[in-house]
Amino acid sequence: MTAESTAPEKDAFEQAMDRRPVKGRSLWVDAWHRLKRNKAALTGAGILVFIVLLVTIGPLLNPWDHEIPDWDHYSTPPSLETGHLMGTDALGRDLFERVMVGGRISLLVGLVATLVSLAIGVLYGATAGYLGGRVDNLMMRAVDAIYALPFMFFVILLMVVFGRNIFLIFVAIGAVNWLDMARIVRGQTLSLKNKAFIEAARAAGATERQVIVRHIIPNLLGVVAVYVSLTIPQVILVESFLSFLGLGVQEPLTSWGALVNEGAQELETAPWSLLFPAAFLAATLFAFNFLGDGLRDALDPRDR
Amino acid sequence: MLDYSLKRLASAVPTLLILITVAFFLIRIAPGGPFDAEKALPPEIEANLEAKYQLDDPLVVQYVRYLGDILMLDFGPSFHYRDWTVNELIAQGAPVSFTLGAIALLLAMLMGTTIGVWAALKQNTAADYATMSIAMIGISVPNFVMAPLLVLAFAIGLGWLPAGGWDGSVSRMVLPSIALALPMIAYIARITRGSMIEVLHSDFIRTARAKGLPEREVLVRHALKPALLPVISYLGPAAAAILTGSVVIERIFTIPGIGSHFVQGALNRDYTLVMGVVIFYGVLIIVLNYLVDLVYAWLDPRIRYDG
Repeated sequence: MTAESTAPEKDAFEQAMDRRPVKGRSLWVDAWHRLKRNKAALTGAGILVFIVLLVTIGPLLNPWDHEIPDWDHYSTPPSLETGHLMGTDALGRDLFERVMVGGRISLLVGLVATLVSLAIGVLYGATAGYLGGRVDNLMMRAVDAIYALPFMFFVILLMVVFGRNIFLIFVAIGAVNWLDMARIVRGQTLSLKNKAFIEAARAAGATERQVIVRHIIPNLLGVVAVYVSLTIPQVILVESFLSFLGLGVQEPLTSWGALVNEGAQELETAPWSLLFPAAFLAATLFAFNFLGDGLRDALDPRDR
Repeated sequence: MLDYSLKRLASAVPTLLILITVAFFLIRIAPGGPFDAEKALPPEIEANLEAKYQLDDPLVVQYVRYLGDILMLDFGPSFHYRDWTVNELIAQGAPVSFTLGAIALLLAMLMGTTIGVWAALKQNTAADYATMSIAMIGISVPNFVMAPLLVLAFAIGLGWLPAGGWDGSVSRMVLPSIALALPMIAYIARITRGSMIEVLHSDFIRTARAKGLPEREVLVRHALKPALLPVISYLGPAAAAILTGSVVIERIFTIPGIGSHFVQGALNRDYTLVMGVVIFYGVLIIVLNYLVDLVYAWLDPRIRYDG
């Protein structure tokens, strides 16, 4: 009942309503402009792109396998001569290859487990926020109760109980990490529902669909994007923690946490086997945190 | 105030019950039992052992009995360390873990708030950016990475401090407590800086300056207290972080605390020990959160009336 259905002679009001606002100052374009000015966030994004590319392409160019030892070189330091760019571990396996393969696992776990927590959190939070009232109260009380629990201990228990299987890591971490997401989405939904601009859109004749697509979803997406970028490093951290304890990714697969654990045990004889995975893990977390902070400033300026 | 504290106390009880229940059933449905060994025991002996520890009753009966025991503060015998009760194991490890955790927390609070306030006063200068970047590194480097790096630098490289062990001497406490505190120092510094900047821009600070108070007076008497409120509310999560951190730190530095019992106990299917540690830590976290909330409500009266 908007533009198409109007009579041939429009009055001034309808003409004004017809005219679309100047294109390009949407939330996202605005956020992009703010993000571009944030050097730390851009650096973070750059580091991430570099690490992802390296981890994807690196093993293809590297002649060594992450499982098969080089029988001539045990615990050798990084050197161009032997062809082991990051040296070898105590079993003679090429460290560069292992760091790359471990990086794939760490990043994959970070991404998938975050998606799991995203799915649960958004569904739960949006339901609570949308329904409101007593249901909302009950659902959020439950979240509060779980929130007070020492969650790392539950992940450890889960891993011990259900065996050390990589898919379980995804689910266990994701299933425990959804609380923040649920709280944020619920709060956002609740406050959006009653916002004046939603009412204004309705008053201006926007259909329910338009309200949801043009106003609610974009406003939710920003916050969700911010928390996704902040959840990924948390999840990578949890996975590394578990793998460090020997409860996460199992041989012959590896992850940065598992490599740090191995490196820590060969600290005195082969410090490089600690330093390289530690550097990659730290750089990734660092980059994600900076990018997440930048995104938050860009998409959610109130929270600065 | 009394009303508020009772209400908060009432909400801590179900949390504790959930904690105990989930942990109990989770570890019981785990495949494998505490008497698994390389060589399988004859079934009669296993049955006798299970009867001795009353593991042959229905699970629900065991659960109710366990709840009763906990009320009497009896965590039962350890299945793995025969001749030890869980109470004894915890009593032995607790002072060590507690010392380590308390030093780390104190260190984090002092350093974190100092750095945060300092960065806030230098807001948007090179010093501020540098400090906050370093803080970001502190947050990004997990303590199980930081700990071996510290060992590499200060124990193996420079040889200044011992690499591990625990005998109550200060030199053996330095590295583990720093490794445990570092991420928190960074986190607290960020929180403090943020809230301090916000406070410094508020009206009452402008008033204080306008009436001619010296800057020092403005900071110490007016700005500091409200700026530290968010730090207080971070103490709850901080305590939880210290407890989880202690699991890895105690392992790296071979410290005989409670944290090292947890992972080993879970791997050994030492039901009672794992439950004991989870409950002990859970109670500790819940109690700390409760105290933090009380302190917070006491400092900031707005909280009390919010419901």
